[in-house]
Amino acid sequence: MAEPFHTLTALGHPTPELMEIGPYRINERFDVALASVAVRRGREADVSAAATAASIALPGPARWVAADPWSAFWVAPDMWFVEAPFATHEDIASHLKSAFGDAASVSEQTDAWIRLDLSGQALPALLERLSNVDLAQVPDGFATRTMIEHLGCYLIRKSATEVTIYGARSSAASLLHALETTAKSLL
Amino acid sequence: MSQSNRIAGGQIDRSQTLRFTFDGLPYSGHPGDTLASALLANGVRLMGRSFKYHRPRGPLSAGSEEPNALVHLRSGARQEPNTRATGAELFDGLTATSQNAWPSLRFDALAINDRLNTFFTAGFYYKTFMWPKSFWEKVYEPIIRRAAGLGALTREEDPDDYDKGFLHCDLLVIGAGPAGLSAALTAGRAGARVILADEDFRMGGRLNCETFALGDATGADWAAASVAELRQMPNVRLMARTTIVGAFDHGIYSAVERVSDHVAIPAPGKPRQTLWRIYTKRAVLAGGATERPIAFENNDRPGVMLAGALRAYANRWGVAVGDRVAVFTNNEDGLRTATDLQAKGVDVVAVIDTRQGGDLLPGIRHLKGAEVIDASGKLGLTSITVRQANGKTETLRVAALGVSGGWNPNVNITSHHRSKPVWDEGIQSFIPGTGGPPGLTAAGAAAGAMSTHAALATGQAQAIAALGEIGIAAKADTLPSAEDVPVSIIPKWYVAGGKGRAWIDLQNDVTVKDVKLAHQENFTSVEHLKRYTTLGMATDQGKTSNVVGIAVMAGLTGQTIADTGTTIYRPPYTPVAMGALAGRSRGKEFKPVRLTPSHKWAAEQGAVFVEVGYWLRAQWLPRPGETTWRESVDREVLATRKSVGICDVTTLGKIDIQGTDAGAFLDRVYSNTFSTLPVGKCRYGLMLREDGMVFDDGTTARMGEHEYVMTTTTANAVTVFRHLEYCRQVLWPDMDVQLISTTEAWAQYSVAGPNARKLLEKLVDQDISDAAFPYMGAASITVRGLRARLFRISFSGELAFEIAVPTRYGDALIRALVEAGREFHAVVYGTEALGVMRVEKGHVAGNELNGQSSALNMGLGKMVSKKKDSIGMVLSQREGMTNPDGYRLVGVKPVDPAGKLTAGSHFLETGAAPTMENDGGWLTSKVYSPHLGCDIALGYLKAGDQKIGKRMRAVNLLAKPPTETEVDIVSPHFFDPEGGRLRG
Repeated sequence: MAEPFHTLTALGHPTPELMEIGPYRINERFDVALASVAVRRGREADVSAAATAASIALPGPARWVAADPWSAFWVAPDMWFVEAPFATHEDIASHLKSAFGDAASVSEQTDAWIRLDLSGQALPALLERLSNVDLAQVPDGFATRTMIEHLGCYLIRKSATEVTIYGARSSAASLLHALETTAKSLL
Repeated sequence: MSQSNRIAGGQIDRSQTLRFTFDGLPYSGHPGDTLASALLANGVRLMGRSFKYHRPRGPLSAGSEEPNALVHLRSGARQEPNTRATGAELFDGLTATSQNAWPSLRFDALAINDRLNTFFTAGFYYKTFMWPKSFWEKVYEPIIRRAAGLGALTREEDPDDYDKGFLHCDLLVIGAGPAGLSAALTAGRAGARVILADEDFRMGGRLNCETFALGDATGADWAAASVAELRQMPNVRLMARTTIVGAFDHGIYSAVERVSDHVAIPAPGKPRQTLWRIYTKRAVLAGGATERPIAFENNDRPGVMLAGALRAYANRWGVAVGDRVAVFTNNEDGLRTATDLQAKGVDVVAVIDTRQGGDLLPGIRHLKGAEVIDASGKLGLTSITVRQANGKTETLRVAALGVSGGWNPNVNITSHHRSKPVWDEGIQSFIPGTGGPPGLTAAGAAAGAMSTHAALATGQAQAIAALGEIGIAAKADTLPSAEDVPVSIIPKWYVAGGKGRAWIDLQNDVTVKDVKLAHQENFTSVEHLKRYTTLGMATDQGKTSNVVGIAVMAGLTGQTIADTGTTIYRPPYTPVAMGALAGRSRGKEFKPVRLTPSHKWAAEQGAVFVEVGYWLRAQWLPRPGETTWRESVDREVLATRKSVGICDVTTLGKIDIQGTDAGAFLDRVYSNTFSTLPVGKCRYGLMLREDGMVFDDGTTARMGEHEYVMTTTTANAVTVFRHLEYCRQVLWPDMDVQLISTTEAWAQYSVAGPNARKLLEKLVDQDISDAAFPYMGAASITVRGLRARLFRISFSGELAFEIAVPTRYGDALIRALVEAGREFHAVVYGTEALGVMRVEKGHVAGNELNGQSSALNMGLGKMVSKKKDSIGMVLSQREGMTNPDGYRLVGVKPVDPAGKLTAGSHFLETGAAPTMENDGGWLTSKVYSPHLGCDIALGYLKAGDQKIGKRMRAVNLLAKPPTETEVDIVSPHFFDPEGGRLRG
């Protein structure tokens, strides 16, 4: 729909970054739309019903659930970040407003963040130098807010070898630099 | 030099030879050596000069408690001062130099201080350098700094990296001696997550230094086997070379891991050290004990060392410090040194035992009831003088003397929350008291359980107890048999008599005489004793000296040692490099950098960037031929006012505020009203703090019935969001309001100037004529089909819009705007031009929003609505805030257009002296206005609104001599005061 305009990733490049550092892989995701959904006061049941109707699973505290096309993770009481493929859901806020009506407050968040998918066998060794999350102990599907080198981030453990990090878009380069430097120090 | 003092045995790898230098001379050692053990093996006992008297000193200990053997380790930028030779792991190519000596270690000119010692007793500085007062900074301090001190800094930047990290465990075991290994084995076998940390590079603690057996194995072999078993457990993390330096709240401990200190240069990418924060459920301190000396005359000679250290050098490192040695002890443990050394073939000349009676050591001259009363040998011990029980004195030729006054449990970490250790008569030392860090218990010698069997047993018991508290069942395995000799000690703190100095604190040159002087001058409390004599200060924090000093003071006051007490133990346990505390936060990586959506484009243009918080913003964008920043900024301002200018304003905070109570919520947080704002409109809002001072300002747009978008200043984007969350969650939890920051989600550009609309009309898909989109309009629109937001707001005073698109399109939009603006000679302007235009327009910004100014001060008093309640409204009306003669925002122009203004200058009436009473206020912001062709400024002037048209002086009191400019006080709205342009 926005054909005349080109896009840049959070790192300022036309295409997303893909880095392989030893056993680690850092994959910038530019193909995911993101929006916040917050329950309006007293409308929990309506939001729950609307979510069910739209097949959007809204998980409990500190959890992430994946489904097609909607994934979601909990960010605060009665508030979630909901993901969907960018190609089909670029205007994700409109989709969600249609689903939830006036029962929830929806805000487009896609470009407020950089999403980095980390994978590798020894992720705890990497993440323990970056964040105070006890990655080795938390279950798959754990989602939390944490600090990485002074930057507030969301961290989601998808499996023992896969982690997603959402960091603020404007400081994407600083975040990637921290991950890259730490990964290299472990080689 | 050959390793002339190397004897058989020890845990060193003799198959490899390591070369190193000390003070430029070459030596050799083996893997497993410390710098101290290698130097001692090479016959070097003299390793440093003392702090105050420049006395020759050698190592006292074999561990981190070392007060004497401090060296500069490495050279060049990697040189580290005050490194303990007793802990520095030897590596090939190591270089070390002695400190605090000139011209050389053997001949030190400042050893003259030692001759003048009668002048330099405790309190000397306090008494001597008080007068004249003016001499302190310029004369006394530089001299003292040069004469005293430990190692020197190179003043070069540290080339190494440091890292930090976070670890989690059920049980942290601090120390890997018998107690720690026993605790870790117990917990590890139970499946608990265990971290075992030890400052040494070889785990085992004293087991590596002793000869007695555990079960069928030697202590060292048992330790090695235990470590091997623990290494196989996936639930156990072994951290050698890691010192737990502090206990903090909620079971958090800090640890410094020396990742690369045992190699010449860290491997590429590897940190030198890592500072770990360890989150624990429970912790066991198994940090062992530190031996203490007995003070006697000249007991600081190189070669006089702790008895346990003397046998550690023999047993662990295969080093006999001297060919003829003696032992001076008041307890049973000291005798082990004599028997071990004798077994190694070293000539043990005598054991001087202060205790009377009991068994005599077989085959060794064991003098009961005797004392060492003096030591000789300036650069190294040559003989000691012994006074026997019958009073007869005798001189014994020895090269080394092992001294044992007993062992002090390393209670430090148990006291990091200010818990006081308690006195234990049985071992004549302090043990951990109650009220230490929750979840921390002590085991082994750290808890006063001094035998090997007791260490194993208490380590196991404390691990079982600690894990039981967190629901993990651990069982007591059979312990290996081990020595369980009870402590036998008769307290002996110092040898009385003699005219010379008997040293207590070797690092700070504190003697028994100094403690006596402190007592004489009534500095008897331990805290006063410490400050008056410097006992227990500096890098070793009195690990070998505190208890002795306290005991000597107790003897003088007649108080018990228990009642005399200890000073407060604080983190860190051992010195921590500043680099480790900084981690990766240094240089360009000190803080993150935030980039605007137009950054790439601006960088291509050669923009000059300025730091605004974490953001980098274009300050101005020079064009070819422009040689000064003023040329660029003037051009940007004039072109904007003449035609159109574009500015990236993404950094302003944006907060989505939604919910059925969003309008009512804004009415409470803003001093003016927003619930009545029509959908599709913006309004300037003023936010006060609770105390009535202005907190922040910005425009807020109503995008829907229950949907607002607030903008904040760049500086307060986070604090305003935090404030709103506090209001929502804490003050008014019943309001239906949801908040989220969208600052980064949208790339937002200001398009300002008479041709702003014409430019935007080329891009946007909707009618934005004045009729369709009037001043203060707000709408969701599309730009060539892309969803966007448009606001008709102005900071510059021009006809202006702010247009926002999802950030990924921000680069495309700035390029599209520039392209569309080409026919209008559009410019992109930076923060300097923005500043010029806002001062010309009289808008307040950071310099005026200084946290001490009210709406009334800013000339915005009418914005504080009295028709409703809002945060800060009541207190904005309090006494002193409504003074009609208080500060008011004014404009300032020099009378002479060539006159220069300086921000921070003060207003004075003509002829008034520059005194506080005459101070009329100050210039807050100053710019050069290319529009007016002169400097202009904003300022806060007392009763300023009544002084428009008045002539005053702006005096810059910071210039030397002060400068002043005659100024006219004018309206703060220099430019288009009626606002005709922005409504155009």
